[in-house]
Amino acid sequence: MDTLTRIWRHEESRAVVIQILVIAAVFGSFGWLVSNLVTNFAALNKNFGFDFLLQPAGYDINQYLIEYTNRSSHLRAAIVGLLNTFLVAIFGIVLATIMGVILGIIRLSNNWLARNLTYWYIEFTRNVPILLHILLWHGIIINTLPHPKRALAFGDVSFLTNRGFYVPKPIAEAGIEVVYLAIVAAITFAVFFSRRARKVQAETGKQLPVFWTNLGVLLTVPVAVYLLAGSPLSFDIPALKGFNFKGGMHLLPEFVALTFALAIYTAAFIAENVRAGILAIHKGQREAAEALGLRPGKVMRLVILPQARRVIIPPLTSQYLNLTKNSSLAIAIGYMDLVATLGGITLNQTGREIETMMLVMGMYLLISLAISAGMNWYNNAVKLVDR
Amino acid sequence: MKKLMFAMAGVASLAAVSTASAGTLEDVRERGHLNCIVNTGLTGFAAPDDAGNWTGFDVEFCRAVAAAVLGDASKVEFITATGKTRFTKLAAAEGEILSRNTTWTFSRDVDLAQTFIGVNYYDGQAFMVPASLGVSSASELDGASVCIQTGTTTELNLAEYFSSNGMSYEPVPIETNAEARESYLAGRCDVYTTDGSGLAATRATFDNPDAHVILPEVISKEPLGPVVREGDDNWADIVSWTLKAMMAGEELGITSANAASLASKLNDNPEINRLLGVDPLQGAEQAGLSSDWALNILSQVGNYQESFERNLTPLGLSRGMNALARDGGLHYIPPIK
Amino acid sequence: MSDTQKYAPGSHPDLPPPPGTIGVIGWLRANLFSDITNTVMTLLSLYFLYWFLNASMSWFLLDAVVNANSRAECREMADGACWAVITKRIGQFIYGFYPVDERWRPNLAFVGLFIAVLPLLYPKTPFRRHMLWFSAAYPVIAYYLLCGGIFGLTEVGTNTFGGFMLTMIVGVTGIAASLPLGIALSLGRQSRLLSVRVISIAFIEFMRGVPLITLLFVASTMLNYFLPPGTTFNLLLRVLIMVTFFAAAYIAEVIRGGIQAIPKGQYEAAQALGLNYWQTTRLITLPQALKISIPGIVNTFIGLYKDTTLVVVIGLLDPLGIGRAALADAKWNGLSTETYMFVALFFFVSCFAMSRYSLWLEKRLSTEHK
Repeated sequence: MDTLTRIWRHEESRAVVIQILVIAAVFGSFGWLVSNLVTNFAALNKNFGFDFLLQPAGYDINQYLIEYTNRSSHLRAAIVGLLNTFLVAIFGIVLATIMGVILGIIRLSNNWLARNLTYWYIEFTRNVPILLHILLWHGIIINTLPHPKRALAFGDVSFLTNRGFYVPKPIAEAGIEVVYLAIVAAITFAVFFSRRARKVQAETGKQLPVFWTNLGVLLTVPVAVYLLAGSPLSFDIPALKGFNFKGGMHLLPEFVALTFALAIYTAAFIAENVRAGILAIHKGQREAAEALGLRPGKVMRLVILPQARRVIIPPLTSQYLNLTKNSSLAIAIGYMDLVATLGGITLNQTGREIETMMLVMGMYLLISLAISAGMNWYNNAVKLVDR
Repeated sequence: MKKLMFAMAGVASLAAVSTASAGTLEDVRERGHLNCIVNTGLTGFAAPDDAGNWTGFDVEFCRAVAAAVLGDASKVEFITATGKTRFTKLAAAEGEILSRNTTWTFSRDVDLAQTFIGVNYYDGQAFMVPASLGVSSASELDGASVCIQTGTTTELNLAEYFSSNGMSYEPVPIETNAEARESYLAGRCDVYTTDGSGLAATRATFDNPDAHVILPEVISKEPLGPVVREGDDNWADIVSWTLKAMMAGEELGITSANAASLASKLNDNPEINRLLGVDPLQGAEQAGLSSDWALNILSQVGNYQESFERNLTPLGLSRGMNALARDGGLHYIPPIK
Repeated sequence: MSDTQKYAPGSHPDLPPPPGTIGVIGWLRANLFSDITNTVMTLLSLYFLYWFLNASMSWFLLDAVVNANSRAECREMADGACWAVITKRIGQFIYGFYPVDERWRPNLAFVGLFIAVLPLLYPKTPFRRHMLWFSAAYPVIAYYLLCGGIFGLTEVGTNTFGGFMLTMIVGVTGIAASLPLGIALSLGRQSRLLSVRVISIAFIEFMRGVPLITLLFVASTMLNYFLPPGTTFNLLLRVLIMVTFFAAAYIAEVIRGGIQAIPKGQYEAAQALGLNYWQTTRLITLPQALKISIPGIVNTFIGLYKDTTLVVVIGLLDPLGIGRAALADAKWNGLSTETYMFVALFFFVSCFAMSRYSLWLEKRLSTEHK
C-alpha cells in the first residue's frame, strides 16, 4: 500500500502508470470490439476478407474516367467511384475559391447596395444545409433545362439538355506530339520570362510587360504550331441519335448539380474567410499603397491579397476538406462517387459492410491527409519569415 | 462553465441498452407493440397519410401480425428503411418483421442471416415509358437513359437484360421512389424501371397516367414477401401463417364483415371452425397463439383480397399471378389442420 | 471691393458643406455612384434585385396556394407554389409521428430547453445560480418527458420522433454530450503523456477526416457487429453516439485554439503559485479557454445542426425525410421545390439567429478583454 502511494505521489512514475492504464484501456476495448466482431461473424456464418473485390461488379456506372463495364471487378468500380470523387472535389474547390474570393472582396466594397446584397446572399447560402443545396440544384437543373429533343444548341456542336452538357471531343491524330511540345515550350518560356522580369525589376526598377507577353506566347505559339502541323486533331461531334446524344464529351447533370452546390455553399464560407483576412491587414498598408499611386485593383492584387493570403490559408484548408467530405452526399442525387459505388451498391450486393466501409473511410482519411499536407506545404511557402 | 459541463454530462448517462431475451414473440408481448420495417414511401405499399397514419399493402400485413400476436392491429410501430438499409435494420433487431416489398433470392435467404417466410406479392421487373416516345417493346430501348432505384435487385437485372440483348443504356441511379418519379417526369430519363407493382403505383400518381405505358416485357422474377431474422423458428412460423391465414380467409369466404358472426357459431366447413377458433387448432397453443388469433387478423385487418382491393386495385393492379390457386393464380394455401 | 469681408485668422465661421455631399443625395453619391465602377455595380445589383424579386415573388407569395387538399387542387387554383403540402402536414414536419395527444410533451421540453439554456448563454439572467441547477437536471427531465414511462406518462418509442423535433434532439444532445468529451480530447492533445496525446490526436484526426455520412452508415449498419451478440441498441441512440464523437473532435479543436490563445504568463503564474496540473487546468486554463471558445462552439453547433439533415440518408425522418415521405403520397407528388424551400427557410432562420448570437458574444467578449 505504501509503495503504491509512493509511486502515485512521484510525478514521473505516476506518468508511467497513467500511460500504461490508458494503453491498456484502449487496447482492451479494441480487443473487446474485435472479439465481439469475431463472435458475431461466426454466429452469422460470415467471413472477413477482401476477395469480393475481384469478383465482377455486375452493375453499370454512368460516368467513368477509366474503362469500365458491368463485367469489371468491384475493385475497378471502387476506383471509378474514387476518381469521380476526385473530379467533383477538384472542380468544386477551384470554383469555390474563385467565387469565394470575388464575393469576399465585394462584401468589402464601398458600394452599399452590392455589399448588402452579397451579405444576405452569403448568409442565406451558408445557413442552409448542404444536402438541401444539392437537392435544390439538382431539381432546378433537371426541371428547367430542356429535354434532348429540344436541346439548346450552340452552333450545332454543343448542346445543353437536362441530361447534361454535350461538347465536341478532340481526338488526337498523328503529328499531335509537335503541338504538345510547343505547349511545353511556351510554358517554359513563360516561367523563365516572368523570373527574368522580376530580376530586371529588382535590379533596374523597369517593369516588363509580363502578363501580355506570356499570354501572347501561350496562345499564339501552340496555335501556330497546330496549324503548321496540319491541324492534327479531329472532333467527335455529339449528335442526337435515338433517345440521347451520342459521341462527344458529356457532363452529367448530377455532376454539374453537385459541383455547383458544393462550390456555392463552400464559397460562402470562403468569402467570410477572405473578408476576415483582408480586414486583418493593417490599414496603413492600403494607405501606403495608395500613397505610392497604385490603382485600387493593384492595391488589392499586389499589396492586400498577398498578405491576407497568410491569414486566409488555414481556414481555407478546412473549407477544402469540408468540400471534399461533403461530396459524399452525391449519393442523394445518384452521382456515382466512392460512397455510392463501393459504400453503396457494392456493399449492398456483397453484404460486406465492414470491409467496404473500412475501405471507404480509409480513402477519405487519405484524401484529407493529402489535402492537409499540401496546404501546410503551401502555408509554409507563403508565411511570413522573421529575419 | 463547470456547471455547463456538468449539465451536459448528464445526457451521456441516459444510454439505455437492452438485451434481447429468448423469443421474439415474448419480446413483442412484453413490449406491447410490434416493430415493423417498411418502405420510406411507396404508394399502395407503405406511405403515411396526412394524419400520420401508415397505410398500404405491406403495412396491413404488419397490422395482421400484430392482431395475431397482440390481439390489436393498431399496436404496431413503423420503422422506415431505404432499399439499402433494410436488411441491416432487420439484423440490428430494429424490427421483428421486414415488410418492404423485398425480393426473395437465394443469396438473400442464405447469405445474410434472414429468413423469407413466403410471398405476399408475385412481381417482376418491368419498364415504364412516356406514351409519346412511341416505344412498344423493351427491345427498342437501345441507348436510352434508365432511372433505377439503387440498393435493389433491379440494377443487376437491368445490366443483365441490356447486355444479353446487345443494347446500351445510361443508368441513372436514384435513392427513393419519390425522386425517381420526379426525375422521370422531368425527362432526366426515358425509362423508369422497377417492379411492375411499383411502376403501377407510381403511374397512378401522375397527373395524366394514360400518357405513360408499362411495356409488356417482364425481365425478372420478383417474388416479394415479408422477412424475419433467422434463428427463431416459432416467430417465423407465426408470421408465415399470418400470411396464410389472410389468404385462407379469402379462400373460405371470411371477411372483416362476417368474421365475428362466423366465429360465434358452428359452421358447416370444419376448416372455418378451426381457423376462427370455434374448434381447437392443433399446435396453436404450443406456438404461443391464442385461439382467436386468426379471427383477430380477419376481423381487424381483413383477408388477402380485402387488403389487395383496398390498396392495390386503386393503382390499376389486377390480381393476375396474385390470385388464389383456385382462381388460376400462384397463391396455394396449405390446409389449416 | 465693398463685399470683401475680412476675418481675423481663425475666426471665419464654418461654411455649410457643398450640396451633394449631404442628405440623401450625398449618401447616394458616396455609397452608390462614387465612380464609374461603383455606378456599374449599383446598376447591376439593381437589375439583379429586380430580376430576383420579379421571378420569385409571384411564385412564392402572390400565386401561391396555402389551403388545398392535393396538388391537383392547388394547380386548379393558381400556378405558384403549393404550400398546402406544408400546411396540411405541419404537425408531421414539427413532431414527426409523435402521438398527437402527447404533443404537449415536446412543446414543454422545448420551452424547458430555453429555460435551461438561458443562464448558460446569457450571463445576466436573474437567479442565474438557482437556474443552473435546472440546467443540470434538464437532460434527465427532457429524456423522461419525451420518452415517457414514469409518472403515468405514456411510453413513446424513439422511432416516432421526427421532423424539427428530431433535429433539435440530435443537435442539442450532440453538442451537449460532445462538450465534455471535446474538452477531454483537447486536454489530451496537449498532454505531456505520449500515449494520451497519440490517442487523442488519432481520434480527432480520424473523426475529422471522414465524412459524417460514413459514420452514420457505420452507426446504422455495423455497430451491432461490434457489440456482444444479442445486444440491441436503439437506432437514435447509435446516431447520437456517432454524432457526439464527430462533434467532439471539432469541439476539441476549437477549445485547443482557446487554450493556445492563453498567454504563457498565466501558466507561469499558476506554477509560481504552486498549483498542480489539475488545479491549473480547472482554475486557470479551462475558464479562460472556454470563454474564448464560445463563439467557436456556437459555430460548431450551427454546423452540427445543419448536418442533422444527413440522418435522412439512413432512414430517420428529419424535416427532409418527412418532406420526402409527404412527396411519396399520391396527393402531394411532385412538390419537391416547395418542400425543400420550406426546410431550407427553416434552417436559414434558426441558423441565422444562432450566428447573430455568436457574433454578439464575440463582440461582448472582445470588449471585456480591452
